Amino acid sequence: MNSREITTQISKAADFLNLKKWDYGASFSNDYSVQVDKGEAKQLKASQKQILTIRVWNQSNLVGITTTSDISESGIKKALKQANIASDFGNKNESTEFSPLAKDPIKVKEVKKTNPVGIKKLLTVLREAEVKLIESHESIKSVPYNGLSESFFERVYANSEGAFRSYSTSQAALYLYARAEEKNKKPRSSGSVKLGYGADDIDIESCIKEASNKTISHLNYSSIKTDKYLICFSPESFLTIINAFSSMFNARSIIDGVSLSNKNSIGEKLSTEALNIYDDGLHEKNISSTPFDGEGTPTKRLCLINRGRIENFIHSESTARIFKTTPTGHAGLGSKVSVSPDWIVVEKSEENIDLKTSLDHSTYDGEFVYIEELNAIHAGVRASQGSFSLPFDGWLYKNGKKISIESATVAGDIKYLLKNIVNIESSQEVTTSGISPHIWVDELSITGDA
Amino acid sequence: MLSSQIKSNEIVFGSCNKDLLEEIIFYGIGLGADFVEIFVENTDNASVLAEEDFITSVSPSFGRGAGIRIFKEKKDGFVSTNDLTKHGLMRSVSQAIEMLDITDNKREVFNGLNKHRDYSLSKKKWINEVPSIHEISEKLLVSTKSLKKNNKIITRKGSYSRNLQEIIIASSDGTYVSDIRLHQTVGLNVIASDAQYRSSGSRRFGSSGMPNEFRLWEHEKAANDVFESSMNMLYADYVDAGQMPVVLANKFGGVIFHEACGHLLETTQIERGTTPFENKLNEKIAHESVTAIDEGISEGSFGSLSVDDEGMEPEKSVLIKDGILKKFISDRAGELRTGHKRTGSGRRQNYSFAAASRMRNTYIAKGEHSKEDLINSISEGLYCKSMGGGSVGATGQFNFAVEEGYLIKNGKLTSPVKGATLIGEAKEVMPKISMCGNDLELAPGFCGSISGSVNVTVGQPHIKVDSITVGGR
Repeated sequence: MNSREITTQISKAADFLNLKKWDYGASFSNDYSVQVDKGEAKQLKASQKQILTIRVWNQSNLVGITTTSDISESGIKKALKQANIASDFGNKNESTEFSPLAKDPIKVKEVKKTNPVGIKKLLTVLREAEVKLIESHESIKSVPYNGLSESFFERVYANSEGAFRSYSTSQAALYLYARAEEKNKKPRSSGSVKLGYGADDIDIESCIKEASNKTISHLNYSSIKTDKYLICFSPESFLTIINAFSSMFNARSIIDGVSLSNKNSIGEKLSTEALNIYDDGLHEKNISSTPFDGEGTPTKRLCLINRGRIENFIHSESTARIFKTTPTGHAGLGSKVSVSPDWIVVEKSEENIDLKTSLDHSTYDGEFVYIEELNAIHAGVRASQGSFSLPFDGWLYKNGKKISIESATVAGDIKYLLKNIVNIESSQEVTTSGISPHIWVDELSITGDA
Repeated sequence: MLSSQIKSNEIVFGSCNKDLLEEIIFYGIGLGADFVEIFVENTDNASVLAEEDFITSVSPSFGRGAGIRIFKEKKDGFVSTNDLTKHGLMRSVSQAIEMLDITDNKREVFNGLNKHRDYSLSKKKWINEVPSIHEISEKLLVSTKSLKKNNKIITRKGSYSRNLQEIIIASSDGTYVSDIRLHQTVGLNVIASDAQYRSSGSRRFGSSGMPNEFRLWEHEKAANDVFESSMNMLYADYVDAGQMPVVLANKFGGVIFHEACGHLLETTQIERGTTPFENKLNEKIAHESVTAIDEGISEGSFGSLSVDDEGMEPEKSVLIKDGILKKFISDRAGELRTGHKRTGSGRRQNYSFAAASRMRNTYIAKGEHSKEDLINSISEGLYCKSMGGGSVGATGQFNFAVEEGYLIKNGKLTSPVKGATLIGEAKEVMPKISMCGNDLELAPGFCGSISGSVNVTVGQPHIKVDSITVGGR
């Protein structure tokens, strides 16, 4: 069944079961992936997946939900019945409705249509990439974590009031993590990830080069003394921190009491006036862009921080109603509708006279720690408390030299971090999770074992 | 003709699928595969969330699918699908054969499936024995209510999840197995707040194959434990960073061994060349006080299995005996590629993942010391009562958050501290575990790795690590 036929099937089954109000979200995908090990194919994978999530409203307007991979006629009927039973336990304290924007026009990005290149081509490309990466430096002995995948998927949202949205796209991903070994030294590892709309679209050479350069740059390493340091966050690491604490802008988290913000936090000053942060799921560089959310609300660009102050929260239908505003296109369909950011864009505002512009990661010759990548986010971030303690990969710049830091963590508080931003570099970089310039923060604690 | 004699053109759970499975396997072998494995599953899951004094989410789900794995020499191709018809399964076999580029004429022999080993016979009634959504909701609401012990508790949550998985495994070595698995978990979380101070507390409990277990769950005791933890940590200072001796509590303290050492003993790590223990079999890799075990047989434990996802009964594997490395955790691919015998540890999250060597119930065996002996032996250090999550990097370095910690001074527990992270490397830390307590206990958890998220148990008695880097502020 295609998505139109599924909608018709659900509508018929709902009529049969006397269910007047329903909606559903579905995704259908075909994925292909390969991994290699020293020139040999290691695992080759293909999958065909379908997931359907149906919500129904009972006569008391309480919502029930069911998720299934069985999209047969009987599967759909069973899902509707189960959702109807679950609606008896619907949340009486917070109602859910269709998004008022579920029929509004959506902006669909023009993207290059790609076709599957096939497993054999993926394998050939990955084998060549592995060889090139190993040959790029004598210390690189293997590429233990690698993969090349392509995925073709369709997302659908429809409801009993006639809303219907469907979006098909493709995505490919290449990751290469090399391992370097030198005599009497610990092995060092680093890597790179590149995304594209198709396997032909991925910049393979730059992925190899980046993985090689990063790995080699960590060969000469040293422990760092526990102390407070001037920190330069790479675009990737700063975006990691912002995403980890995105509950500050999340209306769902605020209602649930797990955010540092509250309903009255709009306008609260969090940082230097030089800082602007947007959520922009439709950004042209966002490969994973989708034009509508789980409730069918169109995706849009939303300012989260304007000149250092909280400007907007991200919303689902129900949180928007509670906050007396409109949904922002950030909902995930579920029994309890989740809210999450799409793609963060960090910018320097025009109000930037208080910045120390001499701090530039490529020219500054004073002592500082450069954080390239933050790790173990799920373990080291206490979003509801605002604290973090995270291992990282990075370098200590001192006396004109740069040395890789072995086994250290950076710890602090997100509000302290944002308030202590001392420079936002001008040039932005595109990463897999958003866009940001390098960000400088004064006086963060680093723990090392020197 | 009797309806039972009609050959089905689709996998039907609860029926004999032998002819169809054999036909699919014959098809794969006929196309030149060395080995064909079919894993089929049917799931029936439910989860319930209580927040404050309301049920805010009830999420049932069901599904079915198949994963087909073909080996040719040491390569393997894996295809997953939701299409359980004969046509769909044969198409998946063809796709896997094509991916592997199998063109030679060498044919393996397939003598048909062995006698059906049906582990599900006594388990078919489980679905009717598990608590109803109504029963679950009532108990969760009682438990979140019992978290409301003072006005500093600002957020209370109780969650329940039930996974019922019916599986069929058939492969060209004759394996033909069916089973039903039941996993239930329940968790409590709170956030406490007072002026600028905030803390949180959480505990999770879990069982396998015990439909009645949720009814027996002591929610009041759990609520007291979570409440006490959050109150103890509410006004805690940040810990000072540095190198120091630590005592890790029992139960979930075992997560460090699981993450930092256990994963390095999986054959997938040997295949990748990322374990420092690859050539250390029968060599000392840990302090002589350390004996470590991985098994899938403890009744009711979250990581226990009647049969693994490749059709092998799980064994009890002594990984480290008195500090000496004795065994690796191995699956079919691991045996093929590294030579280490299978241990009944081939596991996967669901049909869309190929099985891989994964831990089950993994723990450090008990020693002879009391918890007090360990603490009394330290003049200045840290007691990690409750561990949060953590991660292990590609070169073996690990980092773990301490959820609830206390300073040790002159052999006594003193003030609570927050923000601590334990940082180290298994190879360096294992020899520093110098004392093991006599209070081994296990705790359930979820482990995410190459073949998805699987249910596991971690565990240990209280242990003392002579020196480790503690990250703080």
